[in-house]
Amino acid sequence: MSSSLTAGDLLQTTINFLAVGGLYALIALGYTLVYGILRFINFAHSDIVAWGGWIALTVASGFGWLGAGSPAFALPVVLLMTMVICAVMGVTIERLAYRPLRKAPRLNVLITAIGVSLFLQNVGLLKKFFGNRPSTISSLMENKVLATIGGVQLRLFDMMTILLTLILVILLERFVYRTKMGRGMRAVAFDERVASLMGVNVNQVVAVTFALGSALAAAGGILFALRNDLRMTADSSWVLLGLKAFVAAVVGGIGNVRGAAAGAMLIAFVEVFVHRYVIAAFPDKPWVGQLQDIYVFGILILVLLFKPSGLLGKTTVEKV
Amino acid sequence: MKSVQERVAALRPNPAVSIGQSIVPFVVAIALAFLIDKFVGPAIGATWAKILLDVGIAILLAGSLNVVNGYAGQFSIGHAGFMLVGGYAAAWLTFYGSVHWFGTKETYGGFLGDGQLLFVGGCILGGIIAALLGVLVGLPSLRLRGDYLAIVTLGFGEIVRVLGQITDRQPKNMKVIKEQTMGELANNLGGAEGFSQIPGYTTLFFVYVMAFVLLVLAYRLKYSSKGRELLAVRENEIAAEAMGVDTTRAKVVAFVFSAFFAGVGGSLYAHQLGALDPKELGFMKSIDLVIIVVIGGMGSITGIVLGATILVVLPEVFRSFADYRMIVYALALVMVMILRPQGIMGVQELWETSLWRKLLGKFRGAAK
Repeated sequence: MSSSLTAGDLLQTTINFLAVGGLYALIALGYTLVYGILRFINFAHSDIVAWGGWIALTVASGFGWLGAGSPAFALPVVLLMTMVICAVMGVTIERLAYRPLRKAPRLNVLITAIGVSLFLQNVGLLKKFFGNRPSTISSLMENKVLATIGGVQLRLFDMMTILLTLILVILLERFVYRTKMGRGMRAVAFDERVASLMGVNVNQVVAVTFALGSALAAAGGILFALRNDLRMTADSSWVLLGLKAFVAAVVGGIGNVRGAAAGAMLIAFVEVFVHRYVIAAFPDKPWVGQLQDIYVFGILILVLLFKPSGLLGKTTVEKV
Repeated sequence: MKSVQERVAALRPNPAVSIGQSIVPFVVAIALAFLIDKFVGPAIGATWAKILLDVGIAILLAGSLNVVNGYAGQFSIGHAGFMLVGGYAAAWLTFYGSVHWFGTKETYGGFLGDGQLLFVGGCILGGIIAALLGVLVGLPSLRLRGDYLAIVTLGFGEIVRVLGQITDRQPKNMKVIKEQTMGELANNLGGAEGFSQIPGYTTLFFVYVMAFVLLVLAYRLKYSSKGRELLAVRENEIAAEAMGVDTTRAKVVAFVFSAFFAGVGGSLYAHQLGALDPKELGFMKSIDLVIIVVIGGMGSITGIVLGATILVVLPEVFRSFADYRMIVYALALVMVMILRPQGIMGVQELWETSLWRKLLGKFRGAAK
């Protein structure tokens, strides 16, 4: 087996790891934004990701863009439309389900989020919506080989995932740290009451947060669906994807935009990179092939035990 | 003038009386469980008897979770992990044990016969192993608070699930099983396919004995000094520590207690279904239990019983709605959280509510 660990193998694993990390980063940003401002784990976020994939399918088939001969602009258009639709969905959910609970204990909001999650999963299963059979949107665009380096093919989807993540993360970073609305978001995250006294429209800030998070989740859903099957909305693979992205946000320091990206890279590193080389190191033990989830949740526990606020999170001291 | 010690000794009840008083509830619990098994179960028909069984298991599991979530305020969302570990331990003992010692894969012996005693041993073994893991999960809670602890318990639950999925294949041929000792079979837990053909020992009797025992213990804990320590930790950890509560010990004790009964619940669950699938006992199962606790009312024992009953029975009643059943359930969950955020009972017990006191007052008035 050790013969397969060539430089080409290293390059391939690196590309995979970057693409998976980018995907996790997109989803983790939504968790971290919402947690930073409302301090609750938005369990319905992974369902927005799933809906993103399915809405993209619906939009693409509506335009007749599935299959060979779809125009080059098909994917960008579908991506943008899905992001807008999901942003509207996110804002609507916040308005109807979470806003009435703004002052309630956080556990209630958490259970409400689980309720919303179950609702989205099961509405998606209905025949009028997406049904319970898996589908695919990979025919939306051909997964072209862009270049071949040392026998490793650089494929379009991988490169696109990495590039798109980079662009969206930089845009979000600039939005949060360079605009007035971003300053409002940071102010609300710091202290909601004082922020509202200073003239920040809290409801507007929360709505924008949900819109941004859901739009990024939609992008994540489409990129995930391009590389994998589009499973039914109640499939546990979406929950696991959401959990891993959430773990990434926590490992990076929840509430911190840069932390979410860093955490996503760390999680993808252990899940893809470490996993690949552990398999190669123990070729006679087939069960190491199923350990990737253990690395992910193991690194979560390790990080939390030694740095409970995450890699880039601020430690808060509770004063009496 | 008597000394203080003498006066205290005079006030202390006779040891025989206090031991008797502490045993009575358990005797009543066993008698009640026996009655439910003997009369209620057959009277309501097979379908409802199964629902009654599910309610009992839900009470046991949610009630044990309530000690950590409700009393101690440590938010745990990895409870299914303890169920899985307990279920595996018990299934290992009863399935392989039956083949080794009774020479059959089916249930063996009658009421409280050898087979059922082995099953009770399996439940206790499952509880003990889960409790040991409870120590392991309780320890991080010394460092972590709130959501971060919740996330660690989530990670724990997922790790247990994956470890269950990578165990070795389960041999089903009796000859193959007999060639190996029990110790050699400890890793043959079925892997991703799950542990199947577990003898179906779980009856209403065992479920309700365990559920009632848990309820009695949870009640006693709540009104004891140990329980008040947990409540103090829930309200404010720093203040509790300042009042002399050993918060570290209190939290670990809560986790161990909770994990033990989750392990027992997992054993009952496995021997009811006849199979143990690690995929079924993942994150979503833990969440189901959290929902029961929150809907019932965090920390309220009667709330848990009500919550478990409602959340198990209602989906069964609405089974005919098929596709829309879960949607209605999800909407109901959101509505309850918005309209009654403290859950059905809040933090109160049934006998602490004003309605109950009014009824009791009227009853006493009428009796006079």
